[in-house]
Amino acid sequence: MTLRGRAVLITGASRGLGEALAREVGGRGARVVLVARDGAAVEAVAQDIRAHGGEAWSIAADVADKDAVHRVTGLATALAGPIDVLVHNASTLGPVPLSLLLDTDCEDLERAFAVNVVGPFRWTKVLAGSMALRGGGLVVHVSSDAAVEAYPTWGAYGASKAALDHLTRIWAAELEGTGVRFLGVDPGEMDTRMHAEAMPDADRSKLARPADVARAVADRIERAGESQSGARVALSASAEPSGLAVAS
Amino acid sequence: MLVVDPSNGCAEHARVAALPRYLRAGDLLVVNDAATIPASLRGETMGGEPLEVRLLSRRDDGTWRVVLFGRGDWRTRTEDRPAPPELAIGARLRVGGEVAEVASVSARSVRLVDLRFSAPSSSVWRAIYRAGAPVQYAYVRDALHLWDVQTAYAGEPLAVEMPSAGRPLSWSVLLELRRRGVALACVTHAAGLSSTGDEALDEALPLDEELVVSAATVRAVKETRARGGRVVAVGTSVVRALEGNAHAHRGELVATRMRTSLRIGPGFVPRIVSGLLSGVHERGTSHLDLVSAFVDGATLDEAYRSAEHEGYRIHELGDVCLVLDGALASDRAGLRPRSASVPAGLAEPLLRGASCAR
Repeated sequence: MTLRGRAVLITGASRGLGEALAREVGGRGARVVLVARDGAAVEAVAQDIRAHGGEAWSIAADVADKDAVHRVTGLATALAGPIDVLVHNASTLGPVPLSLLLDTDCEDLERAFAVNVVGPFRWTKVLAGSMALRGGGLVVHVSSDAAVEAYPTWGAYGASKAALDHLTRIWAAELEGTGVRFLGVDPGEMDTRMHAEAMPDADRSKLARPADVARAVADRIERAGESQSGARVALSASAEPSGLAVAS
Repeated sequence: MLVVDPSNGCAEHARVAALPRYLRAGDLLVVNDAATIPASLRGETMGGEPLEVRLLSRRDDGTWRVVLFGRGDWRTRTEDRPAPPELAIGARLRVGGEVAEVASVSARSVRLVDLRFSAPSSSVWRAIYRAGAPVQYAYVRDALHLWDVQTAYAGEPLAVEMPSAGRPLSWSVLLELRRRGVALACVTHAAGLSSTGDEALDEALPLDEELVVSAATVRAVKETRARGGRVVAVGTSVVRALEGNAHAHRGELVATRMRTSLRIGPGFVPRIVSGLLSGVHERGTSHLDLVSAFVDGATLDEAYRSAEHEGYRIHELGDVCLVLDGALASDRAGLRPRSASVPAGLAEPLLRGASCAR
């Protein structure tokens, strides 16, 4: 699938991987809808994509806000057309510095699940039916190695991402044969604000640049038909200047 | 769900989950995938007089055709709502935070006007999704949310009221149909307002409505007819879209975006659609007229009487009725009342055996 002419909705698109991916798919000719809580920041990115000849619209919304789901997806569809690719990139770590589960407030765990699991579920529920009827579409869940590895203090985030990974697989199983595909992507460690908040002492020179990761994710989107729906793909930073190695 | 077979005059009661029983491998189910716009917006004249603006359709020249209501809200029945203040061409309104100018006023009714917004189209859509609410119904106790008026497969926002025949269709039913060899296809049709509060205008409903028929749907219909399958429309809007499209193209379905003002009633000979799943409509409405194109009056009357007896709900959020030749074998019998003790779902979907009008 080529991204040219496709309608792509990306959450968490005001900074980090979401911003880089919006720029990447906008540059590849997709009609891109950028969603983030910070309306001014996300509009600035959309404006820049338009300034570079792309088609982009921004919408300010919190993915965990139940009341926003239909308003945002309806508006996105009115602006860009029926959504072909939905990228669930927005996520929350919960309060930083990260804390042990015994020290995690229940409300913070709930919030992590609301943003990282229930939000993506709601948005997919609204958009994937139309994709199934049209016979095609792709839903990408941005995951993390914390979904697989039990890192101490990453409990709320890691458990929510593990749930998201399983959601990827179950969506794929239920909609097999409809043309709607699901893809989990673990982008690896990137030089983003979120990473800095979680691991302020990390050596930034060893972290992948979001733009390089975005290029790899866009490649995976364009080649999604080649892998099994529901697959989880880990992109890992490479020392090579070309960027990224891929392990499925 | 009321099931009516016009070929033998039989009818029976069932759950919607049993829909796959009444269709055959090779049939095609066509749904209207239009998402429902939050088409009701608060507005006011520049003099501060409040009004409600119900969007009807976006015109090719970028204006919005709307129906205006005077003060009050949806809790008052539409037909009892006061008329809006009379507006001349050029009058300006504030609608959903944007400014719009009256571009034209219909000769049919002062309620029907075209508005030209000063903001670009994307800003108008933002205003609609920020400030709009779904068109409400006075017979419903609580205000409907936007999610209450979407089908499970809604895509492009084009309908101003829900294409409600598709409301009870779950993906479990749709995928079961597919497993049984029933193909699925869609049209996108701008299902319009069901009521305007103006008798003369209501009589003219439905006004012309935008529709999209895709190449995939044209292909699916052709393949279905070639293999002798039936084309089953979900909702009167799908019938209007398919038949309106064919009517405009000498009986052939053509992939295009267009408008239709085709009225379908008793005596109309459908060229594309074999049967339909539709709401249980009030007598005297254009919806029921359309259903009458698929079933003779006596059979429909008998079936409707039975539905009334069983307590079917009418209106947009009510029960549905499948009218389809060959849906029922006339030798089926065994009357059972519609009762809560009958389990739902595919295992025991039949609520009452067939009764036949002839």
